[in-house]
Amino acid sequence: MIGLPVVYGLAGLIYAAYAALSVRDGANPKRWRNGLFWGLFALSFLAGDRLGDFGNGLLVLALAAIAGLGKLGQGAPEGPTPAQKAESARLLGNKLFVPALAIPAVVLFGTLVLKPVVVGGHPLLDPKQATLISLALAAVLATGIALVLLRQPAMSPLQEGRRLMDTVGWAALLPQMLAALGAVFALAGVGKAVGDLVTTWIPMDAKLAAVAVYCLGMAGFTIVMGNAFAAFPVMTAGVALPFLIGKFHGDPAVICAIGMLSGFCGTLMTPLAANFNVVPARLLELKDRYGVIRAQIPTAAPMLLINMVLMYVLAFR
Amino acid sequence: MLVLLGVLVVVAGFAVGLNPLLVVVASALITGMLAGHSLPDVISAFGKAFNENRYVSVAWLILPVIGVLERAGLQERARGLIAGFRAVTLPRLLIGYLLFRQLTAALGLTSIAGQAQTVRPLVAPMAEAAAEGDGPPLTEDEVQEIKAVSAATDNIGLFFGEDIFLAIGSILLMVGFLDQNGITIEPLHLSVWAIPSAIAAFLVHGARLILFGRRLRGSRA
Repeated sequence: MIGLPVVYGLAGLIYAAYAALSVRDGANPKRWRNGLFWGLFALSFLAGDRLGDFGNGLLVLALAAIAGLGKLGQGAPEGPTPAQKAESARLLGNKLFVPALAIPAVVLFGTLVLKPVVVGGHPLLDPKQATLISLALAAVLATGIALVLLRQPAMSPLQEGRRLMDTVGWAALLPQMLAALGAVFALAGVGKAVGDLVTTWIPMDAKLAAVAVYCLGMAGFTIVMGNAFAAFPVMTAGVALPFLIGKFHGDPAVICAIGMLSGFCGTLMTPLAANFNVVPARLLELKDRYGVIRAQIPTAAPMLLINMVLMYVLAFR
Repeated sequence: MLVLLGVLVVVAGFAVGLNPLLVVVASALITGMLAGHSLPDVISAFGKAFNENRYVSVAWLILPVIGVLERAGLQERARGLIAGFRAVTLPRLLIGYLLFRQLTAALGLTSIAGQAQTVRPLVAPMAEAAAEGDGPPLTEDEVQEIKAVSAATDNIGLFFGEDIFLAIGSILLMVGFLDQNGITIEPLHLSVWAIPSAIAAFLVHGARLILFGRRLRGSRA
């Protein structure tokens, strides 16, 4: 069975290659810092299960210190000039889209065709991780297609991958660190404390007020936790079950579905949802770290209001 | 209640623009210790969770192929393709992408597009070309704004599409949670009630894209 360990091994080897190439990059004045950062990241992927919990903890602290206390450098592997790229685009034409389209095609193939395949009584892909494994498979196959079809140098995937990875920089680590922070919050009972705060201090004797508290609470809680999944159990147990469903007899399906989407409005507004909001700003080389969030708020805020109206109208038919 | 200070650390740290990695570490250590755990225990808990969440960082495996394609001129080709179709305006392009993202996410195909896979190499350059048209080159500020709106369109399409799919994580979470509380609901009923908000999101964001296109054209005329 192909499971996450295979994917982690592949990722670890690639990050190790980034580390080695970073150290050898004379054009980067911070080559040792970058090398150490990607090297430790590689270690986590290759040997994380053997480091022990405390060892992993020290590893995270080291990664955060390396990237947080001083800046990582930007690796600059040699590549074509803009004029050469334009010429290459003209020569290759629409062939360039073939590897790009191969990515979704392979993801689809993996999740629809390979996922149900059983070999010798075992599933070919770990069913719980089929999408992630398909994505890794797609990345590998599309790289192969690109190298052959577009006649690119054999080292270019690692060099260009390293260049993009350095563009993302510290933000590459943030989503995983926030996921770990969520686990510490859960351990410390932060969710319950926020839920108590909301339900203790806000009166909910009117239907409309309860709808507003639930939707705004889902969004607000998501903004401070970075994740609607963390907000849902707390706000639903605190507000939706006792008041909207218990007292006012609302339809639980409508209330929960729209409540979750109210949480998603919060996701669009918070830097704590790093992989959606902070990482793209780095990836697109925006000057404003919160540029993507600023572009989303004018859609997310009216949607929050619309969700409240929809819940009020649809849940109490 | 004291543990809420940990949340406050995050909010304040992000607000004043400290490095987010340090903010997260500080918040984790403070929250864990306020909850009565020793420092080594908190570090261990944080490390364990970090290790268990490695799958979050697997998505970066897509970068090498994107880099190779960009090296070979994909962004330039994407621009050239759109420049060849004068009927493709910025709002039409991004509304089309919004619809594509909502519909495919509603079918459970959330991973076939994304910020690294489609927005950076394809959608953003195409949007720039569509906005530029036959006019003068875009200013740096205009490019920045078009990129941000392209990224926002991807997120909005994803968020207001995926909950229509039966087997997505959030639907399964809701079914499981309600079941624990003695309420049995079919996943289908939850996903059906995500449709009104999805339609509203398409209308609201689509209208914003039309206004954005109009504003850009006005300032460039």
